[in-house]
Amino acid sequence: MSQSQPKISLENVHKAFGRKVVLDGLSLDVGVGESVVVIGGSGTGKSVMLKCILGLLHADSGSILVDGEQVIGSNTETRERINHKFGMLFQGGALFDSLPVWENVSFGLLAEKRVNRDEAKELAISKLAQVGLVAEVADLSPSELSGGMQKRVGLARAIAADPEVIFFDEPTTGLDPIMADVINDLIVKTTREVGATALSITHDMASARKIADRVAMLYEGKIIWAGPVADIDHSGNEYVDQFINGRAEGPIQMAVRA
Amino acid sequence: MNFLQPIGRMLLTFLATAGRLTLFTADAVSHVFRPPFYLRILGRQMIDIGYYSLPVVGLTAIFAGMVLALQSFTGFSRFSAEGAVANVVVLSITRELGPVLAGLMVAGRIGASLAAEIGTMRVTEQIDALTTLSTNPMKYMVAPRLVAGVVMFPFLVLVADIIGVFGGYLVAVHRLGFNGANYLQQTYDFLAAEDVNSGLVKAAVFGFIVTLMGCYHGYHSRGGAQGVGTATTNAVVSASILILCFDYVLTEMFFTK
Repeated sequence: MSQSQPKISLENVHKAFGRKVVLDGLSLDVGVGESVVVIGGSGTGKSVMLKCILGLLHADSGSILVDGEQVIGSNTETRERINHKFGMLFQGGALFDSLPVWENVSFGLLAEKRVNRDEAKELAISKLAQVGLVAEVADLSPSELSGGMQKRVGLARAIAADPEVIFFDEPTTGLDPIMADVINDLIVKTTREVGATALSITHDMASARKIADRVAMLYEGKIIWAGPVADIDHSGNEYVDQFINGRAEGPIQMAVRA
Repeated sequence: MNFLQPIGRMLLTFLATAGRLTLFTADAVSHVFRPPFYLRILGRQMIDIGYYSLPVVGLTAIFAGMVLALQSFTGFSRFSAEGAVANVVVLSITRELGPVLAGLMVAGRIGASLAAEIGTMRVTEQIDALTTLSTNPMKYMVAPRLVAGVVMFPFLVLVADIIGVFGGYLVAVHRLGFNGANYLQQTYDFLAAEDVNSGLVKAAVFGFIVTLMGCYHGYHSRGGAQGVGTATTNAVVSASILILCFDYVLTEMFFTK
């Protein structure tokens, strides 16, 4: 494996649901240890892109490589091996209601029988501490937690198995600005501690500026601009300008009637 | 020719659903026999399906037995054949009413709860989370529930049989003036192992149907709270119809033997 090989490489990826084309030749590289944030409006296909990489959806055509290994059309064993490298923070947390917090955090390790239940609880408590939660939270049910705490538990679960790649799906959606900033800080801190590559999707520009090394903008199923986060304010792309400044006027027309 | 369009659409939808259900069933059953096995979840489901359904099944069975004794007495007294009440009660309960009533009641309780639970997991991305945590959702969620259904339904029906016959006994002895010892002796003499066994086989099939429908509709639910509600309704309705349908098929099989 060469040093320059990207951790994740998407090339000309297409995905449609019936007649609705969502990804229309999407190409994007994410380097090893890099944090890339994909921005774009609602319904532009950001979540579909993530789900195609995770194998939750099957891309219609194109190529998705993880460490040079093809994801599209891979068999179950390959898929499971690739998924072992991943951690994922879902938009709504996606915590399992039927399990206490500590079992949620160490679920992956328990499922693979890599640890026994005592070790799993100990590990969960240490991961909870990493995201700023006290040990008492471990025995609570997810429904007893606030939205911000659920996000933190979701983050603890995402990093529990020390993954090589962590995906963040709208990590700050639904949080107040202060809690959103706390989560952003935790994402930066934990990703560095684990030494992971990060791929995030968001439409929260404050979040994107904080956690990204590089930003890519998705529009109509394609990446229309990608560059270092420092360049985003002078990208020279009118679509990016309109999006990051949150203007109603511009080339991006929302499908709403006045 | 426009009237043909909805018919064609319905046929295609039916065939697509039948195909999806067949693939889902084959996938789920294959995971029952392939490790890893989630015994903790299996145990929890067996308690939920078996133990916590006992009050519902017990109440249904006792009243069914009581009504059956009264009605059969009313009917048979017209032919001076009141003595056949015990025979009719035990035969009807063990062969038919025990499995069918227990199946329908548990379809309402367990089928709805499975569809709502799995449907909520689907719309809140918990099923996607399972996949990203290297856990096959069919193996983790569906397979243990199917096994619990097939194992625990016969147990429930056995309890329903006993309570149903007891309900008939209560009415016959305390309301209709039968001699208790004679009634029990008549019940015991008339009852054949095949009557109970055929009911238990039906119960295992109904257990499979109820859990399969709950899991299938929950797993394929879409669109938030409304989608989960629809999945719950579909699970109960389809399980109830299939129970009555397979009840006839199985009765026919046992009848021709």
